[in-house]
Amino acid sequence: MSSNRGKGSAAGLAAFAAIIAAAPFLLPDYYQSVLIVAGLFAILSMGLNLLMGYAGQISLGHAAFYGLSAYASGILTTTFHWPVPAGIAAGVVLSGVTAALIGIPTLKLKGHYLAMGTLGFGVIVYIVFNEAVGLTAGPSGLTGIPRLSAFGKTFSTDREYYFVVWGTAFVLFVLARNLVRSRMGRALRAIHTSESAASVLGIDVARYKAFVFVLSAVYAGIAGALYAHFVTFVSPGSFSFHASIQIVTMVVLGGMASLWGAVAGAVFLTVLPEWLRAIEDYDILVYGAILVLTMRFLPGGLAEGAERARGTLVSAFRRKSPASAAAASGAEGRKP
Amino acid sequence: MPFSSFLQFIVSGVTVGATYGLTALGFTMIFNTTGIINFAQGEFVMLGGMLAVFSMKWGGLPLPVAVPLSVLLVTAMGVGVDRLTIRPMRGKPAVSLVIVTIGVSILLRGGAMLIFGKDTHALPPFSEGAAIPLGGASLLPQSIWVVGITLAVLVAMKVFFDRTITGKAMLACACDRKAASLMGINVDVMVTVSFAFSALVGALGGVILAPITLTAYDVGILLGLKGFAACILGGLGNPFGAVAGGLIIGVLESLGAGFLSSGYKDAIAFVILLALLFLRPSGLFGKASADRV
Amino acid sequence: MEGMKLFSAALLGGALLLGGGAFAAEPIRIGAIFSVTGPAAFLGEPERNTAKMLEDEINKGGGLLGRKIEVVVYDDESDPTKAVTAVDRLIKKDKVVAIIGPSTTGSTLAIAPKVEEGKVPLVSCAAAIDIVSPVRRFVFKTPQSDVLAVKQIYRHAKKNGISKVAILTASDAFGSAGRKELKELAEKSGVAVVADEVFGPKDTDMNAQLTKIKGTAAQAIVCWGTNPGPAVIARNRKQLGISMPLYMSHGVASNKFIELAGKENAEGILLPAGRLIVDEQVAEKHPQKKLLTKYAKEYEARFKTPVSSFGGYAFDALSLVAQAIKSGKSAEPAAIRDSLEKTKGFWATTGEFTFTPSDHNGLTEDAFVMVRITKGGWEMLK
Repeated sequence: MSSNRGKGSAAGLAAFAAIIAAAPFLLPDYYQSVLIVAGLFAILSMGLNLLMGYAGQISLGHAAFYGLSAYASGILTTTFHWPVPAGIAAGVVLSGVTAALIGIPTLKLKGHYLAMGTLGFGVIVYIVFNEAVGLTAGPSGLTGIPRLSAFGKTFSTDREYYFVVWGTAFVLFVLARNLVRSRMGRALRAIHTSESAASVLGIDVARYKAFVFVLSAVYAGIAGALYAHFVTFVSPGSFSFHASIQIVTMVVLGGMASLWGAVAGAVFLTVLPEWLRAIEDYDILVYGAILVLTMRFLPGGLAEGAERARGTLVSAFRRKSPASAAAASGAEGRKP
Repeated sequence: MPFSSFLQFIVSGVTVGATYGLTALGFTMIFNTTGIINFAQGEFVMLGGMLAVFSMKWGGLPLPVAVPLSVLLVTAMGVGVDRLTIRPMRGKPAVSLVIVTIGVSILLRGGAMLIFGKDTHALPPFSEGAAIPLGGASLLPQSIWVVGITLAVLVAMKVFFDRTITGKAMLACACDRKAASLMGINVDVMVTVSFAFSALVGALGGVILAPITLTAYDVGILLGLKGFAACILGGLGNPFGAVAGGLIIGVLESLGAGFLSSGYKDAIAFVILLALLFLRPSGLFGKASADRV
Repeated sequence: MEGMKLFSAALLGGALLLGGGAFAAEPIRIGAIFSVTGPAAFLGEPERNTAKMLEDEINKGGGLLGRKIEVVVYDDESDPTKAVTAVDRLIKKDKVVAIIGPSTTGSTLAIAPKVEEGKVPLVSCAAAIDIVSPVRRFVFKTPQSDVLAVKQIYRHAKKNGISKVAILTASDAFGSAGRKELKELAEKSGVAVVADEVFGPKDTDMNAQLTKIKGTAAQAIVCWGTNPGPAVIARNRKQLGISMPLYMSHGVASNKFIELAGKENAEGILLPAGRLIVDEQVAEKHPQKKLLTKYAKEYEARFKTPVSSFGGYAFDALSLVAQAIKSGKSAEPAAIRDSLEKTKGFWATTGEFTFTPSDHNGLTEDAFVMVRITKGGWEMLK
């Protein structure tokens, strides 16, 4: 696996780009808005995966960064008539700066205390969205946010917006991939394994943790601003504790410490409800069951599942034994 | 602001805080044996109230029968949750277990929604009677039940963990599973017992709360959140701290609503919680623990 | 046998080729987006039930223009983002001719640009005035605006010599919309807001807020929210022995509220409500009488739960669309829109609808009556 990793992943990236480019033309029209939402969640879960999967720091309040940027960009472009790109930039900066400020004390916490710290932060931000009515328009939500326009072009159709969102997701994916393969990525993994050992090795644990926290908040901020200018409406409900849990679920389902997994988890959990509409009321049960079953039978998430499926397939081909090949294809067939 | 108002804030805060504390006790129970936070704890509370309501509504049972029946059913569910979802995951990282409990909470909540519907329900109070005046403030008889039962559960837990061999064995499991098992403690059984107990405590909370706070399929979310906060504030694993944490949060919310802003009352409680955490990263009554390297 | 199959296949193919005309039996599809789950389920559930009930009824009566109707319902889970993806699916995949819902203002405003772009008429079941002001060509709504309810309350208060009120509103979309109107209309109505408190929609104890209000000069409390919050307030008010009048919003106009609050705690509470809740007291001659009694009876028989004015919003939305299809003699989206806008003097559960190009809500203040809770029942005030 490691010998052809570079080549393999370059091919993977090319395939990823090709899928992104082809998807809107292959799928029915009404999937476009679903895919845009999936793209936003993909950006969110990539960011959170850097923090949770690679650096091992849990965050149960990530929706706060998502919301801060969405609101900032929404308010600046609507109430203060800023141009949209400036609003987006300001939103992303706000998310990043907030993360830097609260990251310093929060990241000193460990385990469940860190979970509580981030959760509490999320709850506070959510309450501010609800109560700062003069600024955020309160629980009714902020309306009339303009669609994205930049360089004299307005991205008004869903197809155009799809390419904006997934183009951004692709760039962020490549950035994250390069990061985790760098010296920095190795440092993060060392922190994940043991903070004490990492610091003995001369890794500035606090600085690295703060950096990756800010970075994941910036990812969330980018998704948030893009969200605001897509739906053209923001309300606190989209950034509640429930939303934070949803992002965590995507990361976990996709597979910790796997960027591909983060994307797959986000897409899967966004598109799944579309299929579940047939089951109507029961979909809430399916959602819970997926969480429990994934953890039990596929703890590495979709990423591990894909790896296993590939392994089974490869060994089946190598053996060329008809019996095991049939078994492998059977297993493949059952995979969604 | 007259003193009677202040007293009323305290009285209300203590009642609400006791509900958080009771939920927090359930968290503590499971944390003490498994070292994980059971995010389905709030659902045990919800189920306690809902099952009591519906065994009266559908089963036509009187309250004194419905209450113990509901508590028993939920306790059995606690055992079921452990057997079906936690035990097979033994040895998996804590974050996986946390996610599993989140999944279980969604399942329980969704199941309750499908079976019982989305309406809110009220349970009749345990004892009749008008509000009791208390130095200008007033107190519902049911609040006395809530505070009383919370304290009784707290004392029982304290005795259980400190004095009984099972309790000590459970604590040992949380400290070091392998060592506990080497000492001849059946870790699996201990975990099951802890789930049963925490479901029991949760359900008990649910039935005594329902007459005051009303109940619905989704009340578990907020209680779970506040209960978790109470646990953390008091220092994880400490039953006394859990109840104290709950009371502190309840009173803070009530005073916050009374003196500052009702809109920001939850935020005020959480800001204070975070500030405390930053100053004392292992909670008010928690012991600073050394990390294993 | 084989020949028979082939024949029917050919027939089917031929019919497909011929398209619309040959398919007189193809149902008219009407989309619906309701918050069946999530925090706004108290709206979405009765709305979905009502829409399904009315669909059956219309079909039993022979459908519209000789075709059956099919109501395609999607649940937005009280999340505007889900409403956006649902509306795409309704317009592009299900090819609906009109849409009823969403339940919430947020979802409605989020999908408004989509229906404008897709040129499909939308009859929203959400209350905020922003939905129809400014008027959007394809967007209508059935619920009374909160302004009308607030006006009724203030008028009643004023008449009874109350000039200082405390407002206590839920910190959700419903409560904050009411709060805004309560504050804005106060001065004009000659009422002063002396306390402005809020409560979380899931809060279980409002003693702190009520204690604070008790210490002010308020002569009455106006509470704006939906169950269970207001029920808790009714209970806490009794517990604290507060005797000043308590006004509620139309958000609790359902027997469920009395059940939750308890008869003795709900006694004397005043609120503006649609006539649905007091259908038995509406004068025999009133044009709504028959409609209301029938709807309430059928709903309660079928779903075994008290009827609420929220379900009525969906009833009205679907009735309006059906009426527009019938009177315009066309099930094309653009024709339905035009026909909707010509609706005049149409009585439904909420009130009498008269749409014009500048008014896409079309109700008058008459849509509300003041009611008082008396002995566990509703008493219509004259």
